[in-house]
Amino acid sequence: METKKKKGIVLDHISKIYQDPKTKKEFYAVNDVSLNIEPGEFVTLLGPSGCGKTTTLRMIAGFESPDIGEIYLGEEKINEKTPDKRDTAMMFQNYALFPHMNVFDNVAYGLKLRGFKKDEIREKVFAILDLVELKGMENRMTNQLSGGQQQRVALARALVVQPSVLLFDEPLSNLDANLRVQMRTEIRRIQQEVGSTAVYVTHDQSEAMSISDKIVVMNKGVIAQMGTPTEIYYRPASEFVASFIGEANYLRGTLISLDGENGVIEVLGRQIEAFCHQDKNPGDDAALMLRPESVTLGDEGALPARVVLSCFMGAYQNYHVMVGDNLIKITDYNPKGKKIYAVGDQAWLRFNPSDGTIL
Amino acid sequence: MEAKTVTPQDYRSQSKKLDRKKFWNDPILIAMIVIMVFFLTLFIVYPLVMLLSEALRSSDGHFTLDTIKETLNYVTFKTAFFNTLKLGLIVGVTSTVVGMLFAYIDVYVKTKTKILAGLFNVVATMPVVSPPFVLSLSLIMLFGRTGFITKSLFGLRTSGIYGLTGLIIVQTLTFFPVCYLTFKGLLKNIDPSIEEAARDIGASRMKVFTSVTLPLMLPGIGNAFLVTFIESIADFANPMIIGGNYDTLATSIYLQITGSLNKNIASAMALFLLLLTMALFLLQKYWLERKATATLTGKAARGRILIEDKGVRIPLSILAGAVSIFVIGLYVLIPIGSLFNLWGYDYSLTFKWYEYTFASGGAKQYTDSITLALISAPITSLMSMLIAWMVVKKKFALKGYIELVSMMAMAVPGIVLGIAYIRGFVTGVFHVAELFPRGQAPFWTLQGLYGTGALVVLVFIVRSLPVGTRNGIAALRQIDKSIEEAATDLGANSGKVFTSITLPLIKDSFISGLITSFVRSITAISAVILLVNPRVNLITYQISESANKGYYGAACAAATILILIVYAAILLLQIFTKYFGTSRYIKREE
Repeated sequence: METKKKKGIVLDHISKIYQDPKTKKEFYAVNDVSLNIEPGEFVTLLGPSGCGKTTTLRMIAGFESPDIGEIYLGEEKINEKTPDKRDTAMMFQNYALFPHMNVFDNVAYGLKLRGFKKDEIREKVFAILDLVELKGMENRMTNQLSGGQQQRVALARALVVQPSVLLFDEPLSNLDANLRVQMRTEIRRIQQEVGSTAVYVTHDQSEAMSISDKIVVMNKGVIAQMGTPTEIYYRPASEFVASFIGEANYLRGTLISLDGENGVIEVLGRQIEAFCHQDKNPGDDAALMLRPESVTLGDEGALPARVVLSCFMGAYQNYHVMVGDNLIKITDYNPKGKKIYAVGDQAWLRFNPSDGTIL
Repeated sequence: MEAKTVTPQDYRSQSKKLDRKKFWNDPILIAMIVIMVFFLTLFIVYPLVMLLSEALRSSDGHFTLDTIKETLNYVTFKTAFFNTLKLGLIVGVTSTVVGMLFAYIDVYVKTKTKILAGLFNVVATMPVVSPPFVLSLSLIMLFGRTGFITKSLFGLRTSGIYGLTGLIIVQTLTFFPVCYLTFKGLLKNIDPSIEEAARDIGASRMKVFTSVTLPLMLPGIGNAFLVTFIESIADFANPMIIGGNYDTLATSIYLQITGSLNKNIASAMALFLLLLTMALFLLQKYWLERKATATLTGKAARGRILIEDKGVRIPLSILAGAVSIFVIGLYVLIPIGSLFNLWGYDYSLTFKWYEYTFASGGAKQYTDSITLALISAPITSLMSMLIAWMVVKKKFALKGYIELVSMMAMAVPGIVLGIAYIRGFVTGVFHVAELFPRGQAPFWTLQGLYGTGALVVLVFIVRSLPVGTRNGIAALRQIDKSIEEAATDLGANSGKVFTSITLPLIKDSFISGLITSFVRSITAISAVILLVNPRVNLITYQISESANKGYYGAACAAATILILIVYAAILLLQIFTKYFGTSRYIKREE
């Protein structure tokens, strides 16, 4: 299936203000969000509930109107357009399948509205059902399908109209864990196949990591960080991002110097050179962020550590150690044949400073 | 999300402006709103406003309070007003008590057989399917001047049943099933463990009922009381047939109009009746209804241990069973009554009353009633679904108005609506037809409407719209908004969403609205009795005429045929929903 066109999305300083129904106070649900999504790109809006990610998505779809700012689809301003006039198709959290129609009619709905001829509709629907591996299910009613199948019908229904933009509102949150992993791979595969631009909302960081070209981490209505999954994971811009995506350890100290992206932090009397974002000044309180799998224990190393928890997990040995006042969690993969430390042991923390980020 | 105070205050103006633009880009929704507002204004608000203006206007067109003053000093009015209130209060209490008794037995008492439950079921459904005044007819046939029990069995020539006593009996038996159904729902929602806790501490069963169950249900009881109160004071047909000299507001208004007495006073009296029902309705809707839902939430966690104690079970069962059998007997008396030569005098079997009902007016009364009800039913049902949809799913400026007016119509007594229509349409809208030579008023004055079946259809629609809308709203609240959003997102405009998604999803509600409005229309009398004329005849009118003339056989025969028609319609509904309904595949979302 080829796409008719690829269009990017631009959010130009978008804000959405809501009123708290109880306190009557107004607050920013989305606060000055600017985004430039390239045609064909898969972008995930990631954040805790209430961070404004779904509101942003619904503004792109047209269900909500922004209070400040302009939304562009390709070159066109779309603020004033109603959802039915926008070239977007959304997959809803609860699928929102039409319960009074069978699979075929659900998928054909958008095509009928676009005035396609009967045989064209048949052809397109069958092609898309093939793509989402639902061949032979056309005549089933939607309540005769499993969760994963319903999900694929919803995907097919959105895909078949070949929208410039596909919108996903936590489409996998109602599925069980195994199916979730399987479906996110499929969504990614199909999106790449049809080439539509995709905006995907989720609060599940591993989903965001595995599926996206670019992740936009949101918190309290603002963008906390934007970048590729690798950037977000290893070079988080703040402790919020670091802790929201994966597990993070912090060795707290003081920033000594900063030269470009190279910072030097002093932790427990040791100076460590690592990557640092340029929003800090020497003398500031800072912390060296390290991922649990980037750290190991040894008989010699950078910093002394006292083991407070040691637990064999099969794939890895799980340690909690105290380095000064800092609790550091360690996942030491493939522990067989390595020296295992017990609770109460003194050891040394070993890591490669380039794996860490000074925050 | 942290609350952050926004300055300046009007930052939200852009989204408001955009929402407005999007609204104006939706011509179908706008068209629907315009049509609904126009209809509700012209056929509900306008006639009632005319009623108000008649009551406040002197004969030469000036504002005056004279009519109001005159009415307030008018003995007929004063008597009727207090009669109405007295009747309403008594019936409100008796219906609530009987309804509570039935509900308590149904939910709390272990009955040995299913017979009682079956009886309750019949008693609860009968008032829905029968014309509003058949119980009066039956009661007169048993206890009236030529009553079977009073005259034929005991040889009494008494008219004791006419008046307050008869009215209380008839209205209680007609209205208590609604209370029963309400209480049943409420009682089922009380968590048994609350009551068990009270018993466990040492409260007797009676103490539990008075100190736990009753207080929990208090708002619900108040609600049921007010609903019955409104029904009672709005009732026209029963006071007309069995009221005797006990005049209520509804009957007095009718007599003022038909007796060619003072029409302005009739308007003023109607206005007072309207204010009364309206006040009670608002009280019920905005105060008690909210309270009722606030105290009782959620379903009972598990089953209730039913009362098996013989000392409680047997007397309660006998009492409720006797009432049920009496009520059912009264209904059964209708077809029986139609088969005797002359009730009270000659009990030989005959079919002559059936021939008589067809001979007197031909079949016209039947065809008229059926045709007009058939025309109004689909319009009513569609309109109520549309209003429900706009109220639940859409946002627009006049939404509050549409919701309020369509719900308020529920509180307008039929007779008030009838007189308002006369005042509003006899001489055209705003009396403009008076400006033209007699018989030459142009179409737009709507003078031509008066005396036609079209006006009767409009009355039918207005009378059934609130019930349909309420059911539609309940059905729509069950449908997740994302289903409609998905359709919009795929490119469907408002009209398309309604016809291809919403309406099919609430098809059950639509079909039942169809039948409900058909049944309500064909059994209606109070709202249309003033609009009946040689061109438009209705069965209900014929039945009440026959009853008033003492032709009980004829009244019974016509009522029997009417009940059969209604039953046929309901049967049709059941078949329809079974084969075309949506409940088979819609998984209701919580």
